Amino acid sequence: MADPIKQFELVHLVPLKIGGADFGFTNSSLHMFIAVGVTAAFLLLSTSGRRLVPTRMQSMAELAYEFVAGTVRQTTGKEGMKFFPLVFSLFMFVLFGNLIGMIPGAFTVTSHIIVTAALAMLVITTVIVYGIMKHGTHWFALFAPSGLPKAILPVIVVIEVISFLSRPISLSLRLFGNMTAGHIALKVFAGFVTAMAGAGVLGMMGATLPVLMITALTALELLVAVLQAYVFTILTCIYLNDALHPGHH
Amino acid sequence: MDPVAAKFLGAGLACLGMGLAAMGVGNIFGNFVAGALRNPSAAAGQFTNAIVGAALAEGLGIFALVVALVLLFVV
Amino acid sequence: MATNTSSGTQVPSKGGFPAFRVETYGSQLLWLAIAFGLLYYLMSRHIAPRIGGILEDRASRIASDLAAAQTMKAEADAATASYEKSLAEARANAQAIAAETKAKITAEADAERKTLEAKLAADLSTAEATIAKARESAMGNVRSIAVETAQAIVERLAGASAEASRVEAAVDAALKR
Repeated sequence: MADPIKQFELVHLVPLKIGGADFGFTNSSLHMFIAVGVTAAFLLLSTSGRRLVPTRMQSMAELAYEFVAGTVRQTTGKEGMKFFPLVFSLFMFVLFGNLIGMIPGAFTVTSHIIVTAALAMLVITTVIVYGIMKHGTHWFALFAPSGLPKAILPVIVVIEVISFLSRPISLSLRLFGNMTAGHIALKVFAGFVTAMAGAGVLGMMGATLPVLMITALTALELLVAVLQAYVFTILTCIYLNDALHPGHH
Repeated sequence: MDPVAAKFLGAGLACLGMGLAAMGVGNIFGNFVAGALRNPSAAAGQFTNAIVGAALAEGLGIFALVVALVLLFVV
Repeated sequence: MATNTSSGTQVPSKGGFPAFRVETYGSQLLWLAIAFGLLYYLMSRHIAPRIGGILEDRASRIASDLAAAQTMKAEADAATASYEKSLAEARANAQAIAAETKAKITAEADAERKTLEAKLAADLSTAEATIAKARESAMGNVRSIAVETAQAIVERLAGASAEASRVEAAVDAALKR
């Protein structure tokens, strides 16, 4: 059976070494640029007409914009719209990173933990830096909810700090784990097909079962790809809300 | 016990956590659908909460998967 | 569902899960920063302002169209009101003119009738006067004839001429009967 892990291997397309460290342009880098290119092309070309009555593609671009803008407005309020370019970039990058990974033969950018961790750290760093810039030390009230008895306050503060620190970890691991697990499952079932088909006519007939399974799993993975992009976006919005309104839990 | 065998056993045991996370996610969506059937007009407004809750529950299952992957490939 | 069909050299590694290989992190972070930075730049400078502008334009266009429709409806209402007002004025005018004309015609007819009546009355009185004069002269003629006749009769019967004044008195007395 083919190794289900091989699909995550990085391949150097253009080797590059800076100070002994490896900064080569890999297939992962290529697919990052493909995701960015597809996003930018979709959003820029479809809206180049700036039509009052939108074309189909412009309508889709507006739909994506309105969807993310609505999520941002709903969770962070009107002042959260200053983070809209960041949230929209994250949504489109994760969405197209996931979706392009569903094309057979393509590389899934978001199946590498360092990529999802970097995106999650970007969000959490934005929350901390903006929160302290805007609210100063008042921002740390986030860790001490008001109206609590003094006795249990230390415990709560410890729990809140741990919960805050676990956010980037869970945010990055969730996306990475979903993508990795889904692609491994698909690859394992694909391995069943080749293994069974090699076992003669009866095996070939039996191999239709895992093919059906792969079809169903592909549909599920497409749903997961979109859903995880949405989950990443809405959790980003919820965390950004803490930077904007640290008091309101 | 053979350390390699112990590693694979540990990875398999860690994956039980994913099953438990699946129970959590199922519980959330089951209750969401039950609530939505009782009051369909309020369902649309709570869908985001259901998704966020499911994502948080699923995240913990993903931790179990990561533990399994670490046992298989890193340790 | 992906296989590395692309040509190239595999990143040298000590095996293990690709995502946990620390030596690949530098390259991934560098290119992620470049790619995501590019996307963020495009998003914040071009895409978000453009789509936001399109949506804002549409919203303001719809609002202004609605306002224009509102003013046009108000104008139409005003036009209807002024039309109805002028219609009522015209109707009132027509009624006034009709009444005036009627009054004028009535007055003219009255005046004409009055002059005609006056003329008729004058004619009547002249005619009556003429008749009275004619009658008087006729009566005068009858007296003188009667007086002469009576004198002649008296002369023939009595053979003497009668005194004129006595004959006249007798005639008058007879005429008076």
